[in-house]
Amino acid sequence: MPIDVLMPALSPTMEKGNLSKWLKKEGDAIKSGDVIAEIETDKATMEVEATDEGTLGKILIAEGTQDVAVNTPIATILAEGEDASAAPAPKAEKNADAKSVENKSDATGDPEKSPKSSDIKAESHPSPRKDTPEPDPEVPEGTEMVMTTLREALRDAMAEEMRRDPDVFIMGEEVAEYQGAYKVTQGLLQEFGDRRVIDTPITEHGFAGVGVGAAMAGLKPIVEFMTFNFAMQAIDQIINSAAKTLYMSGGQMGCPIVFRGPNGAASRVAAQHSQDYSAWYSQVPGLKVIAPYSVADYKGLLKAAIRDPNPVIFLEHEMLYGVSGPVPKLDDYVLPIGKARVVRTGAHVTIISWSHGMTYALKAADELAKDGIEAEVIDLRTLRPLDTETILNSVKKTGRAVAVEEGWQQNGVGAELSARIMEGAFDYLDAPVARVSGKDVPMPYAANLEKLALPSVADVVAAAKAVCYR
Amino acid sequence: MAAAKKTTDQAATDSKSGSHAPPDFTKDEELRALRDMLLIRRFEEKAGQLYGMGAIGGFCHLYIGQEAIVVGMQMALKHGDQVITGYRDHGHMLATGMEAKGVMAELTGRQGGYSKGKGGSMHMFSKEKNFYGGHGIVGAQVSLGTGLAFANRYRGNDNVSIAYFGDGASNQGQVYESFNMAELWKLPVVYVIENNRYAMGTSVTRSSAQTDFSKRGISFNIPGEQVDGMDVRAVKAAGDKAVQWCRDGKGPFILEMQTYRYRGHSMSDPAKYRTREEVDKVRHDQDPIEQVRNRLLALGVSEQDLKKVDAEVRAIVNESAEFAQNDAEPDPSELWTDILR
Repeated sequence: MPIDVLMPALSPTMEKGNLSKWLKKEGDAIKSGDVIAEIETDKATMEVEATDEGTLGKILIAEGTQDVAVNTPIATILAEGEDASAAPAPKAEKNADAKSVENKSDATGDPEKSPKSSDIKAESHPSPRKDTPEPDPEVPEGTEMVMTTLREALRDAMAEEMRRDPDVFIMGEEVAEYQGAYKVTQGLLQEFGDRRVIDTPITEHGFAGVGVGAAMAGLKPIVEFMTFNFAMQAIDQIINSAAKTLYMSGGQMGCPIVFRGPNGAASRVAAQHSQDYSAWYSQVPGLKVIAPYSVADYKGLLKAAIRDPNPVIFLEHEMLYGVSGPVPKLDDYVLPIGKARVVRTGAHVTIISWSHGMTYALKAADELAKDGIEAEVIDLRTLRPLDTETILNSVKKTGRAVAVEEGWQQNGVGAELSARIMEGAFDYLDAPVARVSGKDVPMPYAANLEKLALPSVADVVAAAKAVCYR
Repeated sequence: MAAAKKTTDQAATDSKSGSHAPPDFTKDEELRALRDMLLIRRFEEKAGQLYGMGAIGGFCHLYIGQEAIVVGMQMALKHGDQVITGYRDHGHMLATGMEAKGVMAELTGRQGGYSKGKGGSMHMFSKEKNFYGGHGIVGAQVSLGTGLAFANRYRGNDNVSIAYFGDGASNQGQVYESFNMAELWKLPVVYVIENNRYAMGTSVTRSSAQTDFSKRGISFNIPGEQVDGMDVRAVKAAGDKAVQWCRDGKGPFILEMQTYRYRGHSMSDPAKYRTREEVDKVRHDQDPIEQVRNRLLALGVSEQDLKKVDAEVRAIVNESAEFAQNDAEPDPSELWTDILR
C-alpha cells in the first residue's frame, strides 16, 4: 500500500498552509528524514521531512498551491515493488478529510472552540472540597499535660517521628551543628547523627530540589527553611516539582516531604523578612498547608505532616517559638490535618484566624465579651484542605463573620473565607463578612509603622462590632 | 558578533574525544544499540507525523540525532540505577525500557498513557523502570536527580542516578547549587550534559561563557569529560567509567556529550538559526545509527538482517501509534484523581 504524505500542522493553531516548493520529484528515492517539500505556515517557512522510506510516487498537490488544509494528502510514497498507479488517490483523500475534521477539535486546544462533553461532566462532578476530616482524638481523662515551649514541641515531634521511621531525615541551613537558627532542631544532631540531620549550604533552590528528589525516591525529608521568605528561591521546586508530580505521573510518583520554618512577620526585620505566605501556598492543589497556633497543635500536626504521603507546607511563626503551652504527655499525639478547632464558643459573631493571627482574635474576644458580645473563635490550623464545614456551621449559628490574617488582603485567605461563607451560608448572614488583615504595604522597619502595618486587637474588635451593628 | 558566529560553526564538528577510538562493541552489543536507537528514531518520526496530524497537542520535542547518548548510557547501567531528564524525554523513556505504546498514548493524551493522559510529552514517569521524569522546568531535574543520588547514599546502596540536561540548562543556577552539594556529600550522580549546540535557538557560543561543558564542575572539583555523543561506543565507555566512579563512592562525574539535534527545538521551530548544510553535514558524517549499521555490515551482518531489525522496530512503533490514536481519552473523573494521596 502506498503511504500518503499528509499536509502537516506544525503548530497547534495551524489549519492550512501554502505548499511553496517540492524538493523531490516523482520517482526520487526517499529516506526517512529527507526534506521533500517546503511549506509556508502562519509563522514561517518550514521543511517537510519524510517519515517513511521508498520512492516518491505521485505529487498530489502542486507547488505554489495556497491554503492547503492540514492533513490533506500531498504526495504518496511507494514501498519497494509498488508503482504509482497503485495509489488510489481520491479514496485516500476522502479518508484524510474525515480524519482532519475529526482531529480538528482535538488539535485546537481552545476550550471555547471545542466544548467537550468531558468539561460539562466535570462541572457536575463533585470537587473534593467537602472534606470531612476526623475529629481530634480524645485525650484520655487524667493525661498529664506538660508545659512545653513551641520550639521544644516541634523538636519533640521531629525526634519522635525520626525514631519511628528511619526514612525521615531533616535538612536545612544550620539545623545540625548550630542546633537550628531558631534552636528548633536542638539536640537532633546529637541523637541522630549527621547522616539524618544535615547542614546544607545556603542554597535554597538547590536543597529544596534535592529534598524533592529524595522524596520521589521514597525517603521522607523534612526541609527546614530558615524562614519562608527565603523559600521564594525554592518555590519552583515546591510547586512545579513537589506539588504537581503525583498528578502529572497519573498517581505513580508521590512526594512525601515537609517544608517547614517560620513564616510571616517577626519583629523589626522589615519587608524582605516579614512576608506571610499563607495565601500563596494554600492556592496550590497538590499541597497541604498547615499553620497552627497552639503548642499542642504544632506538635500533633507536625507529626501528622511528617507521616502524610503528600508534600506539606508547615508554616510556623517566630513570635510563637518561645511561647509555652500544655502538651498532652502521650506516646503518640497525632492530630488530623484539615480540621479547624473551635477555640471559644459564642453566639454573636464568628472570628476566624490561624497561627499568630489567633493572638489578636482571642484578645479581641475577651474585649468584646466585656461589651456583651460573645464571639466564637475558630482556629483554622490547616489552610489546605480548608475545613469549610466547621466555618459554615459556626456562621450559620452566629450570622456574622470576621476573618483575621497578618498577610495582605488582596487574594488573601480572608478573601477565600469570605467567598466560601457567601457561597455556603449566604442566607444565614446578617452582615457582610469583614476582613482584618495586614496593610497593603511592604513591611516597614520603624517600630510605629510596623505596628500600623499589622492587624491589631482594636482592628478586630472594631470589625466585630461593625458586623454586629454596634 | 561575526566572530562569535565563526566559533559556532567551528564548534559544530569539533570532538575532542575523537582522537582515540573507543573500544569495539561485540556484534550483540552493536545489534542491541542499533535496535534501541532505531526504535527511538522511528518512534520520534512517528510522533512528528502524529503531531502534524493534530493527534498530539502542545509541545513536542524530538530526540532525533541524539539517540546514541541514552542508548549508550543505558548500556552502562544496572538494575536500580535511576534516570531523570528534562523535556526532550521520549528517547530516555524508551531506552529505560518503557513501552512505546504507553509513551505514545501519553503524547496523544489517552488513558493508556504512562500518566493516564495527564502529563503529556514532558511529564512521564515509570517507577518500575526507575525513570523519574520528564520535567518541564529547565534545570529542575538536575537538583531532583541529585536528590535521587542522595537517597542512594542515605540507603547505603551502590545505585547511581543519571541526571540528563542540555547545554541550555547548564546555565541555570540550581545546577551549580546541586554540583556543590553533590561533591560536598559525594553523591553518586552522573551529570550527562547533552550538548546539542543550541539552547532552543541560541547557539552555545551565544549563551555560554565556558563552552567546554566538561569543565563546568571544575570549581567544585567534579571531574568531567567530553565525549563523542554520536558514537554509541564512546558513550558507553565514558558511561562505564563515570558510573564506576560513582559506585566507588568518589562522588559525582560530568559527561559532556557532544551531539546534535536534527529537528527544531519543538515542532513549531523552523530552525532558521542554523543552515541546512550544517544539519546535513552532521547527518551525513556522524549519524549515530548509520555508524552502527556500517560497522555491522563490516562485521558480515547482511542487509537483509538489518532490514529485519528495522521491520521489527517499525511494527512496534506502528502498533503504538495505532493504540495511541484509538485508545479512549481519560475518564472525566480523572480530573479529580491523583492530586493528593
